[in-house]
Amino acid sequence: MTFDIGRPGIRRAVIIAISAINLALGIGFFKASLALAEGNAVEVKIDNFTFTPGDLTIKRGTTVSFLNEDDIPHNVVHADHKLFRSPVLDTDEKFTFTFDTIGTFDYFCALHPQMKGKVIVTE
Amino acid sequence: MSHHHHHGPEQEELDENGVSRRFALECMVWAGTGVLWTMAGGVPKSLGLIGEAQAAEGASKGFTFLQISDSHIGFDKKANPDALKTFEEAVGKIKALPKKPDFIIHTGDITHLSKPKEFDDADKIINTLGTDIHYVPGEHDIIDETQGKAYLERYGKNTKGAGWYSYDHNGVHFIGLVNVVDLKAGGLGNLGQEQLAWLEADLKGKSKSTPIVVFAHIPLWVVYPQWGWGTEDGMRALDMMKGFGSVTILNGHIHQLIQKVEGNMKFHTANSTAFPQPAPGTAPSPGPQVVPEEQLRSKLGLTSVSVELGTKPLAIVDSTLAG
Repeated sequence: MTFDIGRPGIRRAVIIAISAINLALGIGFFKASLALAEGNAVEVKIDNFTFTPGDLTIKRGTTVSFLNEDDIPHNVVHADHKLFRSPVLDTDEKFTFTFDTIGTFDYFCALHPQMKGKVIVTE
Repeated sequence: MSHHHHHGPEQEELDENGVSRRFALECMVWAGTGVLWTMAGGVPKSLGLIGEAQAAEGASKGFTFLQISDSHIGFDKKANPDALKTFEEAVGKIKALPKKPDFIIHTGDITHLSKPKEFDDADKIINTLGTDIHYVPGEHDIIDETQGKAYLERYGKNTKGAGWYSYDHNGVHFIGLVNVVDLKAGGLGNLGQEQLAWLEADLKGKSKSTPIVVFAHIPLWVVYPQWGWGTEDGMRALDMMKGFGSVTILNGHIHQLIQKVEGNMKFHTANSTAFPQPAPGTAPSPGPQVVPEEQLRSKLGLTSVSVELGTKPLAIVDSTLAG
């Protein structure tokens, strides 16, 4: 099944393998959780104090870049403080990280902790 | 001046502390320039004019101190391309005051990105006043690689932990708290157990008639949790001060004036000297608010507090950089 994530500028064709569990969770699950990205680089935008997409599912080995488009600095910190902590990102600065470990990684902005996101890394 | 009666969850939270508090005045003031509040016996009274405040100040045998906040040195975006210049103007206003303040408190976000040059530039300008300055950090002051060690090396002499401390001045007890360190995902500002234990010990044995002034960067009460404008464990600190006759809480962070009186406690947030931020919920995010250039200085400013000893009213006067 092929989805087109129709965000201007970052159109990406993605392939989703629908498991029985996912089907059980229904369509709401797919709206909240962005699909398996094909290829090995995806971008999370930081704009209006929000990570977009806030919920990202990627394959192991994918590099994610976090680009700050706000007029205020942010950072990207693994909630468990183990895997990654970006330096502070001023406007138009980005932080990239390659996810080599399978799992779910919650992260947040340590300056504005109400800003949260999640990266789910699959095989 | 308009009044906005706020009925958010924080009010209920405060109300839980006692029946009498249910009847306490709950009012946030979206203030313009030169609003003066004075407090006697826990009852707030608005005098309204800067002129009256200065007259009261002149008659006082007490003292005046100033609050300056959110100078964000290094900020150069659309909302204010030159935050250094407006900071310099604010310092100029202080120099022009007829009565020199006894000291200044800076309630954090001295710099925008914690860069050494930003701290240097801020110091160079504010130190021309020759006045004692008491700092607490904002989250923007501890975002260098050292995560706050550089701030402490510069401003943290005689402080504990991440930079908290207290001191006495003419019978008033001042407490500088740090609520920008070790923030938890999804949470608000954070004081932490170590600092709360220190605060409890600091207040122990103090006469309940001692006026208390507490200052910290992020508001200690919950202003607007959706934007992180509040302190997770702030109520624990405020509960320790419930028994005191006069408690004044001065914060920054939200780049706008908000006042609230709750029993014997008076809450006040200061304007920034760099850029305004939108009123809670009026914009998609709390990011810098772009206003027409000719309006910018009316959104920036300083806060003056005069303390009249014996009668214990603390008069808070906000003035802007305009005019």
